[in-house]
Formats: sequence, C-alpha cells, structure tokens
Amino acid sequence: MPAPVVHAAALTKRYGDFTAVDAIDFEVAPGESFGLLGPNGAGKSTTMRIVGAVSARTAGDLQVLGLDPDTHGPQIRSQLGVVPQEDNLDAELKVRDNLIVYGRYFGLSRAVCAQRADELLEFAQLQERSGAKVDDLSGGMKRRLTIARALINTPRVLMLDEPTTGLDPQARHVLWDRLFRLKEQGTTLVVTTHYMDEAEQLCDRLVVIDHGRIMAEGTPSALIREYSSREVVELRFGSERNAGVAAQLEGLGERLEVLPDRILVYTANGEEILEHVSRAGLHPTTSLVRRSSLEDVFLRLTGRSLIE
Amino acid sequence: MSTAPTQVEAAARRRAPRRRGALYVAEHQFRSMYNYKWTVVMSGIGTPLFYLLGIGLGLATLLDADVGMGPGGAVPYVVFVAPALLVSAAVSVATEEFTYTVMSGFKWRRVFWGINATPVEPGQIATGLVLAVAARMLFGTAVYFALMLAFGAVGGLWTMWLLPFVGVLGGLAFGLPLLAYSASLKDDSGQFAAVQRFVFTPLFLFSGTFYPLETLPTALHWIGWISPLWHASELGRVLSYGAPRPGWLVAVHVLALVVLAVGGWLLARRAFTRRLR
Repeated sequence: MPAPVVHAAALTKRYGDFTAVDAIDFEVAPGESFGLLGPNGAGKSTTMRIVGAVSARTAGDLQVLGLDPDTHGPQIRSQLGVVPQEDNLDAELKVRDNLIVYGRYFGLSRAVCAQRADELLEFAQLQERSGAKVDDLSGGMKRRLTIARALINTPRVLMLDEPTTGLDPQARHVLWDRLFRLKEQGTTLVVTTHYMDEAEQLCDRLVVIDHGRIMAEGTPSALIREYSSREVVELRFGSERNAGVAAQLEGLGERLEVLPDRILVYTANGEEILEHVSRAGLHPTTSLVRRSSLEDVFLRLTGRSLIE
Repeated sequence: MSTAPTQVEAAARRRAPRRRGALYVAEHQFRSMYNYKWTVVMSGIGTPLFYLLGIGLGLATLLDADVGMGPGGAVPYVVFVAPALLVSAAVSVATEEFTYTVMSGFKWRRVFWGINATPVEPGQIATGLVLAVAARMLFGTAVYFALMLAFGAVGGLWTMWLLPFVGVLGGLAFGLPLLAYSASLKDDSGQFAAVQRFVFTPLFLFSGTFYPLETLPTALHWIGWISPLWHASELGRVLSYGAPRPGWLVAVHVLALVVLAVGGWLLARRAFTRRLR
C-alpha cells in the first residue's frame, strides 16, 4: 500500500476551553477523493487549516506528504492547492493575472506561470474571460478561477473547503464536472461539505464529523448500508399533527424519525409502508418514497439534520 | 539520468519561495498599484508642486523673520521648509498604504489569506508590503527632490542627495508602527481616519515642519521629540543646507528613526503571524 498523503492520529485543536477538533484519526491515500461531511461549525474548516499547514495543532500526530506541518510548513504548502470557503481572489487584478501572480508565490518563473495560466483558464472554461475583471465574473466562475489558481503549482493534493456553497444548481454541476476530471487524472482531493449530494458525487470515502469528532467513516454506499435502510418514506401531516400521528406509526418499518416538518420511516420496502399507512386510515398531505442518502446517515448518527 | 534536472528544478522550486517570498509579495503589490498608477504619479508630482509653488511664491514673500539658519546665516524660507515637506510626502503615503491596504488584505479583499496558503510565511507578507510601499515612497521623495532642485529649494551640500532616502526612512519610522497597529485591527470603524486627523495632521503642524520646534512653548516640545516627522525633517535640514546641529542630536535623530522603523517592522511581522496562523 502506498504511503498516505495525509496521516492524522488523535489530531486535536483547542481554542482556550473550546475543542474545535477532538482527537480525530484519518488517512487519505494518494489519488483518493476524501470527504469531511458535517454541519457548519463541526470542525471541518479547522481541520483543513491544520492539514494545510497554516494553523498549528494542539495535540496529536499529523503527517502531510510525509512531513510534519509544525516543522515543514512551507515545503508542505508548496505541494498543496487550496480552495478556501470564502473566495480571496485579487479583485484589483484581471482574471489571468490572478493566476500568474499566484504562481509566482510558488517560485515559478513568469514564463511558466503564463503557460500554466493559459492551460488552467481553458480547464476552468474561462479562456474567454481572461482579460476580465474578477468582479465581473459570476459566483460559479469565481469558484472555477479559484480552483484554477489552486492548481497553478500542479499540487499533489487539492483541498476544497465547501466548494459549491452559495452556487446555483447549474454552476454546481459545472464545478463537479471539473473536479471529477481532476479526480480521473489522479489528483488527490480533500473536500469538506455540508451537502450530502456533493459528498455522494465527489467522495470515494468520507468521515462524518460533528462537534469535532468523527462519527463514522466509509464509502458513501457503505455508510448508507450500515446506518440506514434501503428506502425512506417521507410523510407530512402538517406541522401540528406530525408528532401526534407519530405515536400511531410506532413499530412501522425499521426505525422512525420525527422531524418538525415530516416523519421519516426507514424500511427496506417503502411501498409496503405506504399501504400500511393508508390501511390505518392516516392520510398524509404528501408522501414519497426515496432511496436512503447520507443525510439519513447523519440524522441517525447525530439526531440532527445537516442543514439547520 | 534524464529526470535528474527536473528533480533538481522541483527541489529548487520548493526552496526558492522561502527565500524570495517577500519579493513575490512586493511584485504582487506593484501589480495592484499599477491599477492606481495615476493616483501615485499625480499625487507624487502634484503635491510637491503645489506646496513649493504656494510657499515659495506666496507665503515666503510675506515672511520677514529669518526662520532657518544655515552655517553662513539665514536661508530662504522655502529651503528651510522643503526637507520637512519631502518627509511628510513619504509619511502621507504610509497613512494610506499601511492602513486601508492592510485592512483590504485581511478583510475586504482577503488577498493575504490567499498568499498565506502558499509557501510564503506571514512575516514575508508584511515585509513584501513594506518593500513595495518603500519603493512608492522613494518615487514620491525622488520627485519631490527633483522639484526642490528646480525651485532652488535645496542648500547645495553634496549630502542633499540623501534627502529622498531620509524621506523614506521618516515615512517608515511613522508607517511601520502604524502597519503593526493596522494588522491587529479586525475592523476599521474610523480608526484610520482618526490616525489621519489626530496623529498625522497634528504632527505635521506641530513638529517643526513650518517653523523651528523651539518657536513653540517648551511644554509642547515633546510632540517633536516623539515625532518621526521632526527627527527626519531636522536630519533633512542638516543634509540639505547644513543646519547647525550638535553631533549628538543628529545621532539621536538617526537612532530614533531607525528604532521606530525596525521596532515597527518586528511588531508588524508578529501581528501578521498572529493574524494568519
């Protein structure tokens, strides 16, 4: 087995009394697309900053590309590409100049920067906007430019913190397509997200993280198999009645989750549950049967929804 | 064998940014300044032009008193005042670049955070910014000096050629502690305007810029002693027209400027590191 690109053992970060990252263990293999899935404030971004060698850990072991970030920060950062949660492109520079200026920070010559910039603009489908001002780009284009910028040094690991937060569905799909291409080319991806669909799209393997702790780890499908049923029935009786009806549904399916706006029934066969409900004389205002998702895994593990 | 050069190149690439990080930051700042090149050029030329014209052709003609004394007696007023104006030009660049540019880098445009993810260290970001701003100051003071020559506002000693550098030193002595302060601010809720109004302007008016510090009541002399503007202006007068000052005082001027600049630079590096790490 090849040496992992990231190896974290009992990784901990405390700010005063607050423990942001609580003794987590994980490894990322070369070429793998690894995800940290969890709600806002779970400790994902803190973990990314520590792995990105810009924030010192409080305790635990950490090796990134075989080096300790405490002692080899610049060497590690020279081989990483970082896409931060909040864009920090230079709005005073044109699109292409943003890439060139950034490449210089990695010690690349101006000629190499210019060549890489043109390749990456094409990859990010921004070659027509090369001379545009950053502020004139759409949100999706800015994100693609940030990703292109993170690739300027041909990084061994690309780290993306909430890559599609705030983008419209179409822009998200364009972005996923680009990331998928990188994955196919063998780039190692480390992604944080609080969107289960994003985790399912992008990640070969992920950890579910909450309150700085790892709740579960595995491939998306294995996590769903382990922590959820094959199907889920969503029933809505109106926010007033949901809790009352839940008592009558007790014992139905493998498990029941009562949320403020709906009731979820976990089962291997959703249609059977629907028949049961209708035979019992209960008439939900809406009902649907769907496949289990990572959202259900998270709900099962934490009792809470990912997006609150 | 054929892979050897690339490996060397790759290793060099990983090493190089660590040595030259500050230069890359300065290069980036120059590219940003290019966007407001006309502000830099016009304020660099226009401000001294207006001051020297206004004082040389206007104010000076009304003055009967001998304000500045050289080794051979009184010097024209414009010769006395010009070194101080040159220094204040560099200081005014500092009040702009070491305030709003810093807040922009950390908060508004967040550019410093982007650089932070590269091999460049926070201290190098601070130093790179200082290099770029010092270059802009040198442009301003060199233009000022050229206009002073044209207006006959210099004394004629060979040491006068050092004036542009004294201006930059004065600008940094004022600017680097300000940079450290700005880097520690999470937000600008009027602090920068306050620095401009309540620090720069009073120093400009009360630290021997337009008249010798001794003209002020003794109780106000301390303003000069803590003011980088005064130290740099006085140093400039010695170099420009040989204003008679004891050697120890000249040494104090140099020392005060160097201590403020170096101390401010160290504090600024620390503030950048605290903020970004």
